[in-house]
Amino acid sequence: MDSTTRRGIVRDALGIGIATGAYALSFGAISTAAGLSLLQTCALSVLMFTGASQFALVGVVGAGGSVWAGAATAALLGSRNALYGVRLSSVLDRAGWKRAAAAHFVIDETTAMAIAREPVPESRFAFWATGAAVFTLWNLGTLVGALATHALPDPKVLGFDAAPPAAFLALLAPRLRAREPLAIALGAGVVALVCLPFVPAGVPLLIVAVLVAIFGIVRSGR
Amino acid sequence: MMWAGVLVACAACYALKLAGLSLPASVLQDARVQRTVPLVPVALLAALVATQTFSTGHHLVVDVRTAALIVAIGMVLLRAPFLVVVASAAATAALLRLL
Repeated sequence: MDSTTRRGIVRDALGIGIATGAYALSFGAISTAAGLSLLQTCALSVLMFTGASQFALVGVVGAGGSVWAGAATAALLGSRNALYGVRLSSVLDRAGWKRAAAAHFVIDETTAMAIAREPVPESRFAFWATGAAVFTLWNLGTLVGALATHALPDPKVLGFDAAPPAAFLALLAPRLRAREPLAIALGAGVVALVCLPFVPAGVPLLIVAVLVAIFGIVRSGR
Repeated sequence: MMWAGVLVACAACYALKLAGLSLPASVLQDARVQRTVPLVPVALLAALVATQTFSTGHHLVVDVRTAALIVAIGMVLLRAPFLVVVASAAATAALLRLL
């Protein structure tokens, strides 16, 4: 890999890092407004390090659900990261501790950057460069967003309760480019609202997850 | 309790990432797994949008958050960056509450 290629990969990684850092600002703010402490908010970005799951956990807690309902939703949303392993396992080192370290960085952004590059050394460099840039700026953004929100008297006055649905929508939109996911999204929204008055907070999400899993398995069986 | 939930969720998310790099490809490339797993985030994110916009506790409600969501949809259609989508929804709710 020559130095021009290397520089190009680093530049792309920084670009993605800065974009996700900006979006971490809103995670830090939403998490703090939901009632998580500064340390809990930062722990999620360091240890969970997968955006949609983090937003889901704090979103469920902020809406009055239990942290366990939030944790279950976060784990279900994290299931897609397991599928990225299929595409990355040929690129990454499979030796013990290196695999354990690489696993923490297996997210949407690093997968997209790694599979866009060939041959393997470039792909592997793109994975680590993107992972390092996103991890650094994601955690920095989280800290700044959380600290700024701590300084506010009443987050609800600033419309912070309207921020999580917009964040979920922005995460959902890129996945709706075909008719089937759009139909599933609409159906899931309706089912969740129909269940909501009758079950504990957060449970409508788990009902939706079970139904979509059954739907997926039945559909692929045909 | 909050800490326990946070740490268990972090461990579960890490385990899923590690499973992807560790499980035999035959498991992960099973047609049912490949077909079903990508649908889960679509359904869950949509359910999160719906419940967090149209409910307070166990009651279905339509309030300023509905207007905020409509603004957010507009921003997404205009391909605005993530932070702009979120901030414009929050600003919409805040402004309508001031009226």
